[in-house]
Amino acid sequence: MSKQIDIKDLDIYYGDFQAVDDVSMHIKPRSVTAFIGPSGCGKSTVLRTLNRMHEVIPGASVKGEVLMDGNNIYGAGVDPVNVRREVGMVFQRANPFPTMSIKENVLAGVRLNNKRMSKTDADDLTERALKGANLWNEVKDRLNLPGSGLSGGQQQRLCIARAIAVEPEVLLMDEPCSALDPISTLAIEDLINDLKDKYTVVIVTHNMQQAARVSDKTAFFNIAGTGKPGKLIEFNETSTIFSNPDKEETENYISGRFG
Amino acid sequence: MPTSTQTTEADPAGAPQPSAQAAPAKAPKAVVRPGDRIFSGATLAAGILILLTLAGVALFLLAQSSETIEAQLTDPSAITGGNGFFAYVWPLVIGTLVSSAIALVVATPFALGIALFTTHMAPRRLAPALGYVIDLLAAIPSVVYGLWGLTLAGNLTGFYQWLATWFGWIPIFAPDADGAISSTGRTLLTASLVLSIMILPIITSLTREIFLQTPRLQEEAALALGATRWEMIRMAVLPFGKSGIASATMLGLGRALGETMAVAMILSPGLLTASLLVSGNQTIASEIAQNFPEAAGLRLSELISIGLVLFVITLLVNMAARAIVAKTSVKGS
Repeated sequence: MSKQIDIKDLDIYYGDFQAVDDVSMHIKPRSVTAFIGPSGCGKSTVLRTLNRMHEVIPGASVKGEVLMDGNNIYGAGVDPVNVRREVGMVFQRANPFPTMSIKENVLAGVRLNNKRMSKTDADDLTERALKGANLWNEVKDRLNLPGSGLSGGQQQRLCIARAIAVEPEVLLMDEPCSALDPISTLAIEDLINDLKDKYTVVIVTHNMQQAARVSDKTAFFNIAGTGKPGKLIEFNETSTIFSNPDKEETENYISGRFG
Repeated sequence: MPTSTQTTEADPAGAPQPSAQAAPAKAPKAVVRPGDRIFSGATLAAGILILLTLAGVALFLLAQSSETIEAQLTDPSAITGGNGFFAYVWPLVIGTLVSSAIALVVATPFALGIALFTTHMAPRRLAPALGYVIDLLAAIPSVVYGLWGLTLAGNLTGFYQWLATWFGWIPIFAPDADGAISSTGRTLLTASLVLSIMILPIITSLTREIFLQTPRLQEEAALALGATRWEMIRMAVLPFGKSGIASATMLGLGRALGETMAVAMILSPGLLTASLLVSGNQTIASEIAQNFPEAAGLRLSELISIGLVLFVITLLVNMAARAIVAKTSVKGS
């Protein structure tokens, strides 16, 4: 099911501006990797290159390689649409489709693959995905109501259900809890713990406690100053990063001291 | 968890709430600043002016129609056509509605296509130029469209002949009793096609603005699921823009209903016929424009009263548009 990711010498640009400089890392399958760092350090940008969502922004480009189980997703002739079908993504703000019901939202990705599903298959998949996202018990009686009627935390879990319904190899999460209250955040963190049994999860977060709680490995990004590209400073076991990091810069950030 | 329940229980008991009890007794007077008062007065006046204008137009049309209404009640045969007002006006209403409907059916798919192309498909450098050209179409005076339409009419006769030959069994493409079609091409179909080009820019630019407002988050949600560009448009852009598309087409319809000059120049008017390929039919606006210069007395009043009918039709169209927009609006996120 899940794939390993190898990032090799990745430079990321917005037009002429270089946002990220020379990132290389290896992400193991069935693990949770957290990206932390100050705002503007390029952690979300790196995340978005992993499913080729980066290039949706006009003028954006990438140099280097991202290998999923050895296949370069930036190789010649690779269709970004196929990449995105294997790499699911959850965004900072919950974005269920407002005109679709809860069930239609869950099935949206599957319907894209032009699979003709029988009604029972569709019902089963909806139930499985919603159970996988810890949302089933809360919405099972109102599957045909619009997804926009749910609370913020429920909407975010609906988006996770939508992402895992297509059974991706990798799940990317871009600050999935930044707009949620602590209870909903806890629900999502528990969910991330369950998800890593099946998927390779990469999560961007501003919350260092969250990174410490959910991730196996942590990547710390930093930026030298405005207008300079972000760099990967340290990539290590989460326990090492938060107790005894190799780099002083990491130590300073973790402990709240800068410069 | 336990801490939060404790605090909510402790709060009402612990802190007295004098403000809640004092408030109803004496509400403090709101401060009004002169600038605010002047501004609110000015905007109110502007709002009322619109209502007055609308009422004024309606009253004028009604008052000037009184002669026709009187004739209709006392001597219907005095009205043009000799069979009363409704026999006179209904072919015009049909002609107006049919030509506008054809224009809408032809223009809307093109307009949506152009709007989607400029907002989501075109290369970034081409899109603004294309949008600009479309807006320029709206700036062309309708007289010029009329002149162009006359040339177009002559060139369309071959196509109309072909339509009549192969699709003549459909009433709207049927040739006349002698098996002939209009030799000049100045038919309702030509007028409708020119109308469709005239309403194209308004529908295009309105829908373009709406498509540009699609929340980026929705578009990215679709793309991240592995949607192709078209699938993204279908999942995110079109559902979000549904009400906007409806109101844009209705505004286009409003323009088509009232368009006068181009139709008056192109159409060689005549009696109501089902076929769009023979000369005949007439629209309200064009009927007024063509007959107004020589009209006097009862004839003038007749023209004003068919103007009233057009006024009512456009009012209904706008109300329908409002209703559709209210019904299909999507709560944006």
